[in-house]
Amino acid sequence: MAVKMSKKATSIDMTAMCDVSFLLLTFFILTATAKVPEAMPVDMPSSTVQSKLPESNLATITIGKGKVFFDLKGKQVRIQALENMAEKYGVEFTEENKKEFSLMEGFGVPIGNLKQIIEMKSADRTKADQPGVPKDSLDNQLAEWVQFARQANIDVNDKELEIAIKGDAKEEYPSIRKVMDILQDQGINSFSLVTGLRGKDF
Amino acid sequence: MAELNTGDGGGGKDKKVRSKKQNSKVDLTAMVDLAFLLITFFMLTTTLSKPKAMELGLPDKEKPNEKTANIKVDENRTMTIMLGDNNKLVRYVGLLATPVAGGAPKQFTYGKDGIRKELISRKASVLAYSTAKGKPKNGMIVIIKPSKKSNYRNLIDILDEMGIVEVPTYAIVNEFSPEETKLLEGK
Repeated sequence: MAVKMSKKATSIDMTAMCDVSFLLLTFFILTATAKVPEAMPVDMPSSTVQSKLPESNLATITIGKGKVFFDLKGKQVRIQALENMAEKYGVEFTEENKKEFSLMEGFGVPIGNLKQIIEMKSADRTKADQPGVPKDSLDNQLAEWVQFARQANIDVNDKELEIAIKGDAKEEYPSIRKVMDILQDQGINSFSLVTGLRGKDF
Repeated sequence: MAELNTGDGGGGKDKKVRSKKQNSKVDLTAMVDLAFLLITFFMLTTTLSKPKAMELGLPDKEKPNEKTANIKVDENRTMTIMLGDNNKLVRYVGLLATPVAGGAPKQFTYGKDGIRKELISRKASVLAYSTAKGKPKNGMIVIIKPSKKSNYRNLIDILDEMGIVEVPTYAIVNEFSPEETKLLEGK
């Protein structure tokens, strides 16, 4: 009798546990947002700030190695901004180009070369050595992008666009300041700095 | 452990019944293992990769043709923090030529054992000073001066420090006087 009992105890009914674990698994898979490959990975500095970055109405300006990349959230906003830029600089984009642009990650090329980047495969885009969006006073395309993105966001979402600056930790201050100056020239005095998270004891 | 017995095919009546009974139980241990592994993975990746946003408000840019009136600030309330290269940080309290007692230019490190201690003690003393003057609402003012050689991490670190210490007023100023440059480079 005793021997039989111990035999029974070796195998536990796992069905319920399996059910629960798969339920949780499904939940986490569905809530997880797929990580978008970044055109230029940067090492963000960390801070103790807890507030999260908004998911929409956001333009991210990534600064690293002296280059500036621009990214915008929202398909419709992106298409609108691209159309406005294309009109301003006289560059033609096909409907497929626009659709592809609305789905791709941030970019860092002058508007003239943007078509090439759009037509690349997404794996090649990260490898392509993108020179950054021009931002000097003679050819300030970054300012134009920000301007048109704000306009597009107001047209589409009827909300003011929020700007986030995502800088590399080792980036020297002047290039950050340059971007801040461009934003301030447009009257954007408040923006977010993207950081990682850390504890208070550092 | 993991056994999945399929029917033996032929056999007597008694045997058939037995094999059916065994069939109904599948060992789920491996499946549960896998599920929990995946759960752990998804849990960790979802919570850790969320970037945080530090709000920064800057004052309106001064237009060159508009002269704004200079507002006089009590120098006893101000601390100037200059950020240099190689994570160097120099602070002085009051005016550079005539610093407040104990506020002569001095080098500090980032983090809780460096500038944070100084900020907390200075904040308390400024508050005591203001209260003695009958204006307890006038807290400390910190002027952050990032030099051209400082990097972005330094700026975030010091802004973060402002948040931790809860400095009521702070500003980023880009202008350096020649004395300040000398101080930052010389020491």
